[in-house]
Amino acid sequence: MTIPANLKYTKDHEWVRIDGDIATFGITDHAQEALGDIVFVELPDIDRELEAGEAYAVVESVKAVSDVYSPVAGAVVEVNEELEGEPEKVNTDAFGGGWIAKVKISGDATVELMTDDEYNTFLEE
Amino acid sequence: MSESVLNSNDRTFKYSATNGIQHEEPLLFEHAHEAPESIHLPGVEGDIPDALAVFSRKIPANIPGLSEPETVRHFVRLSQWNHGIETGFYPLGSCTMKYNPRVNETVARLPGLAHIHPDQPEDTVQGALELLYEVQEWLGEISGLPHVTLQPAAGAHGELAGLMMIRACLDARGEAERRTVLVPDSAHGTNPASAALCGMHTVELKSGADGRIDLDVLKANLNDGTAALMMTNPNTAGAFETDIKEICQLVHDAGGLVYGDGANLNALVGLARPGDMGIDCLHINVHKTFATPHGGGGPGAGPVAVNDTLAAFLPVPRIVKESDNYRLDSTSDASIGSILSTIGQSGVYMRANAYISAFGRQSLHKIAEDAVLNANYILHRLKDVYHVPFEGVCKHECLLTDEIQNKHGVKTLDIAKRLIDLGFHPMTVYFPLIVHGAMLIEPTETESRETLDSFCDAMLEIAAQCEAGNTDALHEAPVKPFRRRLDETQAARKPVLVWPQ
Repeated sequence: MTIPANLKYTKDHEWVRIDGDIATFGITDHAQEALGDIVFVELPDIDRELEAGEAYAVVESVKAVSDVYSPVAGAVVEVNEELEGEPEKVNTDAFGGGWIAKVKISGDATVELMTDDEYNTFLEE
Repeated sequence: MSESVLNSNDRTFKYSATNGIQHEEPLLFEHAHEAPESIHLPGVEGDIPDALAVFSRKIPANIPGLSEPETVRHFVRLSQWNHGIETGFYPLGSCTMKYNPRVNETVARLPGLAHIHPDQPEDTVQGALELLYEVQEWLGEISGLPHVTLQPAAGAHGELAGLMMIRACLDARGEAERRTVLVPDSAHGTNPASAALCGMHTVELKSGADGRIDLDVLKANLNDGTAALMMTNPNTAGAFETDIKEICQLVHDAGGLVYGDGANLNALVGLARPGDMGIDCLHINVHKTFATPHGGGGPGAGPVAVNDTLAAFLPVPRIVKESDNYRLDSTSDASIGSILSTIGQSGVYMRANAYISAFGRQSLHKIAEDAVLNANYILHRLKDVYHVPFEGVCKHECLLTDEIQNKHGVKTLDIAKRLIDLGFHPMTVYFPLIVHGAMLIEPTETESRETLDSFCDAMLEIAAQCEAGNTDALHEAPVKPFRRRLDETQAARKPVLVWPQ
């Protein structure tokens, strides 16, 4: 499994990519592997204000239903509507086509974020 | 009998076979006939009056064209593909699939109990009311929470009723801002769902390294917004919450109440009482602990027992006893009201009464003792071959994982599916969520040592098959039933729920 170097990671196995004031969220390859086949993704409403660490989406697999937490604070500006018809994209392309939401960042608040190397070490522990 | 071995000398099954007489069976609408064959309505003589004609059907009813025996066979055949507690061992963890004694059915079918109506005058159903009242008294004594409602129609309904009482109690104290329910991450999924339905929001508590509630995590999350802690004891990892008294004290000191999920009461019944531990409110799954049927869609029951703090908020009507008479009492200012149109699922409680009475006060503890012993027996036989995430003795269910088998590419789902081939219902898989690849095994007290051994033998054989590299058989399992490994993913992603006309 490769862990992209251009992303940041959380202890709850979410990834975030920050481009200017826009943050893109998803769950990591490790997370989708642990969850198994994803069958449904509940997306947040556009304009919803999220606090860092707030549950903003729900990922349902054949094994479990899991909350997904926002790594940063901000307002939802876009969601990946393709996941409504093809939730399996989270399995096949967790770091790319399986992105879940984009947020316009507000403030500096974030949950604890890790680099790719730090996340790799975290996984090995 | 290809794989099954019946040794006539020591009379023990290695494991049972599943290759009996079974029939393939299409869906109802796939049967060939065009017209309904079992319905023959008389023709109409003369004209249908206009007043009635407006109700006549404009489009065909599309009733499948089956005769009566075809219809009966359809459902009986489907039922034969199923595995129930009366087919074989059913160690579904957290679900307490214990055998339902026949005598319970006999009692529930007595005409004086079965052929009565909820709206009958009270003086014509004194016997039934007495039996229901007895159940209330029993459940109050067993739980250590003396005030009981029999109304809720399921465990989750009981959760909602309990949380509504807690909410009403907090409102009566002038603390309507308390709306947060703390829920451990090992909780049953119904717990946060019930809290949400009750207009509360939940905060998840991360379990400690031993799978139990971490006191520091609990303390850090208690505040002026805390309405309740919702917990299960023993928890879903099969472990007793050894800090339970301190946990309840901390929540009470913070101004909150403690809701107990009674799903695992089978480990405690007759031995320890949630009320004595400090729990304020507990729902009881009579279909688990007290051997009433698990359903088929109902009717179910999820009675709730509460302490003095919450007594005033119980639903009405309540069954009360006045000298030797029983009546329904609806007078209560603080009650949350009715949560069912009747006083409860009478037939279910007649079965529970029969079950509790059969043990009596002296013997009820044997239920818990044997349930715990059986679970530990399985744990002991399997612990060297399957990974045990939390050390120590378990309560009524034991928790294993697929960590060792993972090295060979075999997962919990493969092990569960292979058990079907070997004649057993799988254990609960992938729950609790805090354990990767969880396998939760709950044998209940009603199984013999021979049954437990045959299950353990099957589990050991699966592990051996895995070690020997014979993993294809595990990935393909089950191969014996009519329907082999079902595509659970497609069933969830692209469900076909309606017959395409």
